[in-house]
Amino acid sequence: MKNVITLNTRKTLITLLSLIILLPYLSISLLGQTPTAQQILERIDRNQSADSRIFTASMIIHAQRGERTMEMKIWSVGDQKSFTEYLAPAREKGTKMLKLADQLWMYSPSADRTIQISGHMLRQSVMGSDLSYEDMMDDQRLTDNYDAQVVGPDTLGGRDCWVLELRARSTDLAYQRRKMWIDRERYVPLKEELYAKSGKLLKQTLLSDVKLIDGRWFPTRVVYQDMLKLGGGTEFVIHEIRFNVPIAESTFNKSMLK
Amino acid sequence: MLGFKLALRNLVGAGLRTWLNVLVLSLSYVVIIYVNGMLHGWDIQAKVDMKNWEIGEGQYWCSGYDPLDPFTLQESHCAFPQEFMPMIQSGEVVPVLVSLASFYPEGRIQSIQLKGIPAGQDLIRIPTASLAGGEGEAIKAVVGRRMAKSNQLKVGDLVTARWRDRNGTFDATDVEIAAIFSCDVPSVDMGQIWIDLDQMQRMLGMPGEATLLIRGDKAPPDLTTAGWVEKDLKILLAEVDELIKTKSFASTVMAMILLALALLAVFDTQVLSIFRRQREIGTQIALGMTRWQVVRLFTLEGAMHAVLAAIVAALYGIPLLAMQARSGIPMPQSTDTMGFAIAEKIFPVYSSGLIVVTIIFILIAATVVSYLPARKISRLNPTEAIKGKIQ
Repeated sequence: MKNVITLNTRKTLITLLSLIILLPYLSISLLGQTPTAQQILERIDRNQSADSRIFTASMIIHAQRGERTMEMKIWSVGDQKSFTEYLAPAREKGTKMLKLADQLWMYSPSADRTIQISGHMLRQSVMGSDLSYEDMMDDQRLTDNYDAQVVGPDTLGGRDCWVLELRARSTDLAYQRRKMWIDRERYVPLKEELYAKSGKLLKQTLLSDVKLIDGRWFPTRVVYQDMLKLGGGTEFVIHEIRFNVPIAESTFNKSMLK
Repeated sequence: MLGFKLALRNLVGAGLRTWLNVLVLSLSYVVIIYVNGMLHGWDIQAKVDMKNWEIGEGQYWCSGYDPLDPFTLQESHCAFPQEFMPMIQSGEVVPVLVSLASFYPEGRIQSIQLKGIPAGQDLIRIPTASLAGGEGEAIKAVVGRRMAKSNQLKVGDLVTARWRDRNGTFDATDVEIAAIFSCDVPSVDMGQIWIDLDQMQRMLGMPGEATLLIRGDKAPPDLTTAGWVEKDLKILLAEVDELIKTKSFASTVMAMILLALALLAVFDTQVLSIFRRQREIGTQIALGMTRWQVVRLFTLEGAMHAVLAAIVAALYGIPLLAMQARSGIPMPQSTDTMGFAIAEKIFPVYSSGLIVVTIIFILIAATVVSYLPARKISRLNPTEAIKGKIQ
């Protein structure tokens, strides 16, 4: 009888200990099913980051006075090095851009000149799009610079999302407040809003056509919109993308611009 | 006196030939005085306008600031120097904060300069009184006529402006156009929006800072302080001086071409006159005049063209130029956006110095071109001349 009681007590203790150890994990997967914002951001980073990428894409600018399409090929390593070559239309063909950390150079074949984009030029639009050069340079990791919190569930394009609100940890970031809609199943951002310090909505990004590429979910269509400007925004469509492909170091040399 | 009378009689006797020369030469007087008077008037007007609207009696720039280099704007903001505080408070020195921003008129994006200036200032003529009371939703702003026209802005319009604060963070708000001013200085107008300084300092996170200080005539000019560089009127108006110099050179070339044509006509007349009046020259020498007396007579005759031309120029030039000095010379509309201070009408200023110098210059030039062919007389053989032999 005594042995039976001892055995039952031991079983209860083991069960309790197991519960204490597994409680945090159970709380995510079973109870609320809401991971922390930090965990969501880390999953997004894991899903999207790669050592290197090579992709071809189209940039379609829906301006007030019409539409323009540009074809390009981009090579990138991490978030510090990127080389872009414009393939079409004929007017832009041969234009190249090289980004190394916080520096940006552009080569224009018509002028046969390489210029460094800096100062007030960074505020100008890239090829008339809704993106400015400084938007292109903004490559800071969200987890390093923002405090995030899940502000609620939402549905976007038929997909269940978490809505994340991000507040800057320091005062020297371009945007003090961001809002992101994250696909709950695939951990892919589907929408992002960037706000001014005053709370005015400045830019919006819509991401769609999420595809499973090399074992990761990746949005292949992105629409950027400067919310203060009229027009249909700038659409970025990825036709082909390869992750973790070896890229020669010489690709990111200034001599490659000419 | 006898020579003068003789020369005048000969000239008048030549009839139409003389009056044609005189008319062309008189045009040179009028054109030279007109062009220089216009440039002088423009010079004075541009400098007065720039002093009234932009530069005051001089400026102090935050070190590193260069208005022609937008790259310097991000870093060009310094704390008001303590020595200047009493003058800033009394309005004898007006601080201006300058920053780059984006402006969204009718949904288009445009790069602009945002300028903060105290709402109560009256040192320069920007209508800053309209900036007061912009503490509501929208910031009150004043813009120039050119800026309003290029962006189709009206008083009361709301337009969004976006900027980066001193930490590089984006901020944006609506701006209400409180007033549109009209001035002849495009450098305070094109691509610029003026708002209240206090508000702009709060927006950018730069309290008590400015990019430049405008000095009035009551503020002493020789104040120097660390971090600020004095810019006197000579430096600030150098651009106008250069422009007038360039324009003046081009106009002088044109006037000189006209004068050269007029002097060529006088020269030709002299050559013809000496050729045709060889017997007269021979007789004069035979009657006892020295060769140089005859040369002097003919030179005087040529130079008299310039005297008569001055009288004719005065007859029609004075009323014409006086009328233009009163009513002004309208400038073409295209000059409005050329980037330099130019009024819709330029009022020429004809100084007595300009008129005297022009008369003396043309008189000397006419005398020289009259003397050159007359030198031939000194080599004439009077006997052959009386016989009418061509020499």
